[in-house]
Parts: sequence; C-alpha cells; structure tokens
Amino acid sequence: MKVITSDVLVIGAGLAGERTAIACAKEEQDVIILSLVPPRRSHSAAAQGGMQASLGNSIKGKGDNPTIHWLDTVKGSDWGADQEVARIFADNAPIAMREMAHFGVPWNRVEAGPKDVFIKGKKATIVEEKEKEGLITARAFGGTAKWRTCYTSDGTGHTVLYTMDSLVMQLGIPVHDRMEALQLIHADGRCYGAVVRSLRDGEIITYLAKSTVIATGGYGRIYGESTNAVINEGTGSWLALQTGVVPLANMEAVQFHPTGIVPTDILVTEGCRGDGGILLDVDEYRFMPDYEPDKQELASRDVVSRRMKEHMLKGKGVKSPYGEHLWMDLRHLGKEHLTTKLREVFDICMYFIGVNPITELIPVRPTQHYSMGGIRINKDGHAYNLEGLFALGEVACWDMHGFNRLGGNSLAETVVAGMVVGKKVAEYTKKASLKADKTLAEQFAKKEQDKISHLLNSSDGENVYTLRNEIGAILTKDVHIFRTEEGLTRATEGLLDIVKRTKNVKVQSHAQGMNPELSTALRIEGMAKQAYLIAKGGLNRTESRGAHSREDYPKRDDDKWLNRTLARWPDPNSEPVFTYEPVGILDLPPGYRGYGDDLRENMKISIEKYNKKIHNEQKKHGRIETSEPTGSKLPKELWKSEVKEAK
Amino acid sequence: MERTLKFNIFRYNPNVKNDKPRVETFELNETPRLNVFTALNRIREEQAPDLMFDFVCRAGICGSCAMMINGRPTLGCRTLTSDLPENIELYPLPFFKMLGDLSVDTGIWFRGISEQLESWIHTQKEFVPEAEEERMDNALANKIYESERCIECGCCLAGCATAQVYPHFLGAAGLNRIGRFMMDPRDQRTDEEWFELVSTDDGVFGCIGMMACDDVCPKDLPLLEVFSYIRRKMSVVPFTK
Repeated sequence: MKVITSDVLVIGAGLAGERTAIACAKEEQDVIILSLVPPRRSHSAAAQGGMQASLGNSIKGKGDNPTIHWLDTVKGSDWGADQEVARIFADNAPIAMREMAHFGVPWNRVEAGPKDVFIKGKKATIVEEKEKEGLITARAFGGTAKWRTCYTSDGTGHTVLYTMDSLVMQLGIPVHDRMEALQLIHADGRCYGAVVRSLRDGEIITYLAKSTVIATGGYGRIYGESTNAVINEGTGSWLALQTGVVPLANMEAVQFHPTGIVPTDILVTEGCRGDGGILLDVDEYRFMPDYEPDKQELASRDVVSRRMKEHMLKGKGVKSPYGEHLWMDLRHLGKEHLTTKLREVFDICMYFIGVNPITELIPVRPTQHYSMGGIRINKDGHAYNLEGLFALGEVACWDMHGFNRLGGNSLAETVVAGMVVGKKVAEYTKKASLKADKTLAEQFAKKEQDKISHLLNSSDGENVYTLRNEIGAILTKDVHIFRTEEGLTRATEGLLDIVKRTKNVKVQSHAQGMNPELSTALRIEGMAKQAYLIAKGGLNRTESRGAHSREDYPKRDDDKWLNRTLARWPDPNSEPVFTYEPVGILDLPPGYRGYGDDLRENMKISIEKYNKKIHNEQKKHGRIETSEPTGSKLPKELWKSEVKEAK
Repeated sequence: MERTLKFNIFRYNPNVKNDKPRVETFELNETPRLNVFTALNRIREEQAPDLMFDFVCRAGICGSCAMMINGRPTLGCRTLTSDLPENIELYPLPFFKMLGDLSVDTGIWFRGISEQLESWIHTQKEFVPEAEEERMDNALANKIYESERCIECGCCLAGCATAQVYPHFLGAAGLNRIGRFMMDPRDQRTDEEWFELVSTDDGVFGCIGMMACDDVCPKDLPLLEVFSYIRRKMSVVPFTK
C-alpha cells in the first residue's frame, strides 16, 4: 500500500484550503493538498457577488471600520456567533483584500465623479471622491450598514481562486487532484492523516501528516434542491463525524438564499439586489417594503427568504410547472450594467432558462445555499477533541455566522480564516512530531478496502441514487425555511430509517477506476447521518433564531437557547449524542437586529455570569487549548462609540 | 410534442483490460428545459451506472464539463436539448488525456501550461499589511478581468487546428493567460522575458489565424483582441534590443 507523508495535509483545494496551504508553505512546512476535482473547479470559483471588508473607499462606505462590520455580522447571526471570532474576522478582512490585490486580483476600483445607482428601488446619484480613485471599491449587500462588498464584476470567487491557485503553483505546493479522503487516521485523541481513494484509478493511498486540515466546503447537495456544486456532499464533515469524538456544531442552521432561479436552482448573486434589483409578486407588485420598510430587499438572507415564503403562502406566488416562485426585476439596471457588472447572472439567465434580464423578469425562489454549521473548531481552527485536526471555511463552525451569515461574509471568511488558521496550523506543526505507526494506517486503510470490496460484491440491496433522492426529498419537505414539530419528527423518523438502509447498498457497476456509483455509495451513509443531525438538531431547538425558524416556537429564546448545538456519533450503529455549549463571550448584548420580527425571550442571568462560564464550559465539551486565552481578541465595548455616532 | 432523444455516447474505460472504444445509444424522453447535465445524470441513474463524465458547478462557471456535442466543443451543463436534433452525439474533448468515456484530464494540462508560463504575478515587492493598496485605473482592472474570465474548459484547444497537429502549442487559453499577465502592471516581467515565452511556433506566431477558438469559447473572451495585443507588443521586441 502506498504511504505518502508530509508535515501538513490539506483536504480541499478551494480558497480556504489553498490559503492555509500557502500560510504553512511560507513557514517552510511541507504541504500536500488533496482535491476531489482540479483546484480551479472548486466551488469557491462559483461565488459571484463579492467579499465583505470595511475598506470604506466608496462614498457609500465612507466611515466604515471593522467594528461596524462586526456589529452587522453579530446582528446578522442573530447573536448565535462567537463574537470574538467575528471580531478576528472583521479586523483581518481589509488586510486580506489588500493582500489579494497584491497577489493579482483585478478588484473593481473607485472611479471618481458622479455615478447613477439604484438605492431602495429609486434612482440616485452618488459622487465618488477624487482622493479615493483607483482604490478597491465596494457594492451593497444585505444586512449591512455600509457598502462593503469588494468585487470583480460578478466573478469574484473565480478571480480570487485563480489568483490563490497561482500562488500555490508559485510556491510549488503539490495538489493531488481527483482524490477523495474516506477516513481520518486517528487514535487516542490524535489525528495522523487520512485514508484516500484515487478517483482516477480507485487506488487506496494513506497520507500521513503532523497536521490534517479539512477545508472541503458545505453539504448543500444533501438537500437535492440546492445552489451548491454537485461535489458539495458533506464529505469533509463526514470525515470528522466518523471519528465519533469530533462534534459537528449547529447543523440545524441552514441558509436559504432568496434568489435561486427556477428551474435549475442555480444562484444569482445578492449583488443583483445590492445593485438595485427588486422582488415582485404575481401581480408584479413590489412587496418587500411592506414587510421590511427599512432594509427592504436588503435585509439579511434569512429574513428575505422568510418574507418571500410568507408572501407566497398568502397566494401571491407565481404558479409554474416547477412549483411556485416570485420574480426578480433587474430591467431598470439597464443593458450596460447587466452585461458588465452582472454578466454571469446575465449569461446564466440566458443560457439556462432562456430569460433575458434586460427585458424580462427572472423567476426566483429561496433555495438551500449555505451551511452555517460544521466541524466545531476553536478560534485557532483546531477541532474539538482531536489534536492535530484542523478545519476552516464552510465545512467548519468557527463560528462567525451563528444562525445566519451575511452575503459576502463567507467568501471573505475563506481567505481570512486561511490567513489566521494557517498561521496556527504552521505553529502547531513545527512543534509536533509524526509518531504514526504504519500498522495503525494499515488498519484504517483495510477497513476502507473491506467496505469497498463488500460494496462491489453485494448481490442485493438498496439503489444508492434512490436513497440520495429520498434524503433530499425529506429535507426539502420538512426541514426547510419554516419548521414544525410535526414535520421535524416525521423527518427524523424517515431519516433514521434511511440511515439503517445505507448499510445495505448494492453497487451495480463493478467498473475499475473511476466508478461514480461506488463513490456515491461510499458517501451515502455520511449524507444520511448529516441529514439526520440537521433534522434532529432542529427538532431539539424549540426557538426561532436566524435561519432556524420554528412556526410553533416563533420567539428567539435567549434564556434557554443562547447556545451552540454539538452533535457527535460515538457508536455508528446507535443514535448520535447532542450536547450544548455557550456561544462565546457576549460583548454586544442580545437585542433587536434592526430587521425581521422582534419576538424575544430575554436572558435571565446577567451577561457577566454568562461570560464567566465560557472558558470552563467549552473546555468541558472538548475545546483544545488556544494559543491565546478566550477573549484576547475581543476589545470590550468598542461598539458603544459606533452606536452613539450612528444615532 | 414530447420527443424521444437518442444519445449516442462514446464509451471507453482505459482502466479495464481489453476494453474497446465504442458508441452506446441511450434513449431518454425529453422534459422541458432539459440540458445535457440533467440528461447524463438521468442516464447514469437509470441506465448506465458506470457512465463517466465530469460536472461540478453545473452553472457554466467551473469549466469541468466541456465535451463534443454533435461535433462541437462546448459546455454540457448549459446546452439545452431543445437546441439539438433528436440524435445527440457525445464525445470526449480531443487533445486532452482521456480518463474514461466523456471525462478528460483538462485539469492536469492546464496546470502544466500555467507552470510553464509561470502564470502568477512576478514582483519583487513585499506585501505590507498596514499599507494602502496600490491604485489601479478601473478601466484597466476591467480589461484584466476580461481575460481573467477564462474557465480553463479546453473548448478552444479542442477546436484548434494547430493544437491537433502541434501538441506543444499553447493554444488560445495559454496565449490569453500570457495576455492577462502582460497587461497587468503588477507583473514586472520585461518584454524580453515575454518574448522568450511566446516567440516560438508554440506561441503566438504558431497560430494560423483560423480563430475557431473565438467561435467556440463559451465565455466569449476577447481572444482576437488579446492575440493582436501580444503580437503587437512582441513584434517590436527584436528591434529594440
């Protein structure tokens, strides 16, 4: 059996993985990156709208700073975020944007002088300042006080990923593409690498490393109807869950993006609404200002999606053979804008649904888009309960997004977390030694080989595609925007049954090498189990917070539920274990977000008391010691001056 | 009326000993707005579980799914069957290494070409975290973006007569990549250094100007413009030495 060793093994070659690899390589660490696909095909490339960073160069971003960005992020999270992590993010985002400019990203820049724009549905003229000319500009996104989203047209993920990948090449970091990690190699609370299957020829290889980093993105495809790429099947979070010790956090926190197109579920960017696009109903009436007079179409994603669904339930949706939808109107933005600044959107509408956005309305509806939850890590990126395992990006729950993430904050997170966590991985790796014995690696590899030969030799069993479709159908029906005890109970029962059925799968094709059916068969148990965690976590959480919206518990309950769900699966043949930890230090006290409904149950204990227990409580749940103490990066009450100024 | 489509698909698995290249036919009823992505997935789920093909974003952004559709290199995901006749021929892209059926290794080829051309910003400057970013004219940023939009799908090479004859030809994608960095003031490579890279027959002077690349590029890159920009810049270099 082939064994490959390195200092650092990064699983996933999107922005988060590549930025971490670069940070480690710059610290003279020997790094290998694994990827399911050629790195430039990673789903980061599909991100359109932009990255939030408080550079404040555009006139509509004037006076912006990391504290205002932090405030927007914490409110957006519905107070589910770890406020210190949100602070680390907001403080580093401007540096990350400038660094990417240095490396070659062709950011759109400020052009001085007057510019016609649309703000809150109305035409307006802004005048960009001469002294800011040529600096990185920004556009509006939802849930933000300022125009803060840096962009390259609507191909931001593409340009940033291509630039990042060019650095990976320059530094000579090898990327082993078409490789799938199946299992982490670990013993006694220490991770030693992974068992990997080549998607080219089916070979099983073990990769041993001092540090292993998971950066594989989200699990959106478990929903079936999702904006995500087809590779986003939760393979990385499944690696962590299989260990039985590493918890997945807040799996019930699932984002539905307001504007997936109908049919095909392809995303059109929030930048459409940021640039002035509006939502219309069956009567071509603009309904959002009635629900959200202040933010209108640019409230946070959870709120806009909920309002859209609410409006459709009132009978105002547009009926179509593909189900109900609403309209997005971009016609007033004009041809010039749509074919330059929203060019991908224009192409997607023309090619996939035959709609010309210059003259026609775009059919849209809220669609599964992002997972706020994921592998629970500490602020250094270190996974709970397993030394030497790190995670970051969408697959992780660092947790700067809480129960709703703002548009433009996740693409920025990939790069910022890559900078911050990458340094910590390098620090850890330098001190660590590789004590993995080959017998352990062989044991883990043999388990996977046995699983594969069992699947290839099974004569009878479940069709893997049928199982996958059933999982998606259950989540789409009962674990969607609005949730109830009845629906969630039905979903958990159905999914638990599917979990059992995944043990008995029949693979029809015995083809050597690339065998797509076998790949799906190897993933299906992980998909079913994660789907179960989403539903069960949602059933347990008897409140409404951010994207988790319970019709039977409409209030956000800060007394009982200002906490983070942690789910582990210690016995693979039994049921998972749920525990709860406090969200982190509260600096901004829980309050009204400024949009959405204001239904709240207040905390009964004082903030001081809540904050006092953080360190010990999180430690008890498996948080590995951080290099700096809890709270070191969260300066107290900086927000007070900003809030005063805003008034 | 609903059509029954006939997909004639090239099949070959190089990992299976004695496997012979062949064409297999699959029938599928056409549903509204059916595209080649959905069609191939349905064929795999219902008829041929071992059928190999590549899709990632399925939104025309990642460049994974280029294939020959009725003789023309294009992206499978954004090809609607309603624009095609009932008989649909699917072949893998020529020029690239075949992995099986419709899957080819465009990723490895593009990595090779990027390494060969050192497709990254060459600069002596160090990044200073506290400093303001270097300014750039927005018009220039937009121009760089126009070339940066290449998704490395490989359609241009599959459609290129020169590339079929000279396997070392950089192709439209390679030349476009050079143009992208050449016009970027952050890249400090000199005209002489560029000349070394592109002055051979593998480079810009190897192109015989049939411009099939320009016809088939799914992202409508300004290839003609980029090529003439490189030619113009490079043709004066020998005289300035």
